[in-house]
Parts: sequence; C-alpha cells; structure tokens
Amino acid sequence: MIEIDARGLSCPEPLMLVADALKAGNDTIKVLVDEEVPKLNIEKFIKGKGKKANVKTVGEHYEMIIE
Amino acid sequence: MSFSSKKALALGGVICGLVAVLLAYFGNPANMAICVACFIRDSAGALKMQQVPALQYFRPEIVGIVVGAFFISICTKEYKSMSGSSPMIRFILGFIMMVGALVFLGCPLRMVLRMSAGDLNAYIGLIGFALGIATGVFALRKGFSLGRAYETHKASGAIMPLLLALLMILAVTTTLFAASKEGVGSMHAPIIVSLLGGLAFGIMAQRTRMCFAGGIRDVILIKNFDLLMPVAALFVVMLIYNIVSGNFNFSFTAPIAHSQHIWNILGMYAVGFAAVLAGGCPLRQLILTGTGSSDAAVTVLGMFVGGAICQNFGLASSGTTPQAVGGTTPAGRVACIGAIVVCFIIAFVDKRDKGVIKK
Repeated sequence: MIEIDARGLSCPEPLMLVADALKAGNDTIKVLVDEEVPKLNIEKFIKGKGKKANVKTVGEHYEMIIE
Repeated sequence: MSFSSKKALALGGVICGLVAVLLAYFGNPANMAICVACFIRDSAGALKMQQVPALQYFRPEIVGIVVGAFFISICTKEYKSMSGSSPMIRFILGFIMMVGALVFLGCPLRMVLRMSAGDLNAYIGLIGFALGIATGVFALRKGFSLGRAYETHKASGAIMPLLLALLMILAVTTTLFAASKEGVGSMHAPIIVSLLGGLAFGIMAQRTRMCFAGGIRDVILIKNFDLLMPVAALFVVMLIYNIVSGNFNFSFTAPIAHSQHIWNILGMYAVGFAAVLAGGCPLRQLILTGTGSSDAAVTVLGMFVGGAICQNFGLASSGTTPQAVGGTTPAGRVACIGAIVVCFIIAFVDKRDKGVIKK
C-alpha cells in the first residue's frame, strides 16, 4: 500500500497526488489530509474512478483508505 | 446544507450574483460591483497607503467577505489556524496578482462582471487568464509546490478577520480614513448594504469554494466542471441584470477599461498564473484568510501593498473615457513582464518534497 501524506498542501496538490498514484496502478492508497476541502475533492474524484474511500478522523486530521 | 452537488454550487453562484446586482444597484460602480482587486486598492487608498484622490474608500465588502468566511467556517468547524507554506513567496504572488489585475483593470471576478456587460476587452483578458492558468497547471504537473502549512496557534488565523473588523469600526466611527469626493472611490452603496452584501458573498463563496482560477484549473487538470458552476451562475445572473437594465453593450468601449489587447492578455496571464501557484484567485485568498490560513492572509497583505505601489508608482492602467483614450503605462508594462518572469521562476524552482509519498 502506498501512503500519501498530503497534510497542509495547497489545493489541488492532494488531489493530484491521489490521481497520479491511481494512474501508476496502485490499488490501495492511504491518504492523510487535514482539511475538509481536499477530503471532499478526493472523495468526489475517486467516486468517478469507481473507487471507495474509508475515512476516519485521527486526531486533527483525516485518514482516507482508498480502494 | 452540503454544497457539493452541481445544483447547490450553481445556487450559491446565483446568490453571489444577486449580491453583486444589489451592490451595483445601490451605488457601487456598475461593472465593478464587488471587484476584489479594485476594492483592495481603494481600501489601501483609504488607509493612505496610496494617495490617488479618486481611489480612496474603505470598502466594507472586503471586510464582509473575510469576516463572513470566518463566521461560517467557525459554524461548520472548518476553521483551522494554519501557516508556514512559503508565506513570503505568497506575498509576492499576491503582489503580482495586483500588478496584473491593475494592468488589465480588474480581478477575475470583475473580468466576469465586465464580460456580463458585454465588454469585449474582458473577453480578450479571459484568453490571457486561461493561458496563465494553463501555465500554472503545467507547473503543478511538473511537481510545483509551496510546501506544507502546519497547524499553528489558534489566534494567528483570527488576526486578519479581527483586524479588518476593527478597521471597519474605525471607518464608521472616526474620520481617520481618506474618502474620495469624486471618481470611483466616491461611488459606493450605503455602508450597511456593502457590509451585509460582503458578508453574504463571503459566506456563499466559502460554502461553494468559488474560485475563478480554480474553476478553469479543474477543467484543464481533471476535466471537472464543478468549481466552474458558481462562476457560470454568477455570470448568468449579471448578464440578465445587464440586459434588463440596459447596461449590456457588446463592444470594446466600456467604462473603466482599455483596449490594448496584448496588455489585457498579459495582465490577466500574470493573474491566472500567480493565482494557480497561490492556490486561488484574489477572492479565494480572502475566503481562505477567513477560514484561518495565515498564508492566505499574507497573500492578501501582498495584494494591499501591490495595490498601493501600482498607484503610487504609476503601474496601473487608465480607463478610456469620452475625453481620452486610456491604456497601460510604460512602468506598468515593465512591471507586468517582470511579474510574469517572477511567476516562471517561482513555478519551476519550488518543487514538492519527495517525502510526501511513502511506499
């Protein structure tokens, strides 16, 4: 599993990192983000790619498992 | 209420459009209505950072937008005090956005307002804006990044909203600030209308994540039209208003605009490029400031300083009037080219840290 720590990165970097990781053929991706906007953007984006995100709040950030 | 569906995003844009209509109706310059660049420049004038007599008025809309975003982000628990993502580079990007905007004569928001009034110069500007965004997207694809922001002391993110609120109180209760007697600065809606309009605009822009650069950026980058929805809706509302009120005039002659096509393109090119690098257009920077980003607040400070310097050193263009043909200044043209060069340097020097991805 590939892990992307996108905390504190400006939009659209978190989304781009996820898009690149999917393109590179990674089936399961763990993403850390700490704001609502990138979380929503990523959720919406992967839905279009037929993937699902399992999101949980860990401390002050979100941990998303995309598969 | 969630604002993720296309319909809700468009509805948010309609509300923002209606606010712009109201502000224009109540006295703001018609095709300026709620221009972020123009209003930051006027506010810088009110604070005597620049001394052009016709461009001095403390615009309550700017305060309203930031405080509105601050208020709603606290309500939705999205407020988060963050800082540390290359603040001084962002200061420069804010400065550059003002240089480009004042060469063109308007931020992306005003460009859309001008387009809705039929101003063909604004359509020319849009070409430059889209090219600037495309260049920024190219840099992003090549790994551009200004690095991480980190959570910081809670108070840091609240400084700018509170400071603007304090200045607003001073503007109402004292005569400390300069105020134009004639010209653009003297044209304004009543303070309470401007303030409430700004608050409503800020709240809706925060909920919809309205961003003029982001809308086009997402179309190029991920072929997603969501962020373009609020912008398109705002355009349609203003278009209807302009047609109904007889303001619509499909021509190159429009108030507070010039027809030097190449400079309209290059001015907006700088704005689009810098906006993608900074993660949002001037409006979005105000919204991010309200939601606790000290980095965005520094960008806004860069816009204030940029607005002041553009006026003090004659970088801003003049609009064509019945008496005289307006246009850019030699200093403005040099500054615009310089701004674009600096954007290229920032775009291709600052790279993302490899440690972001762990295998």
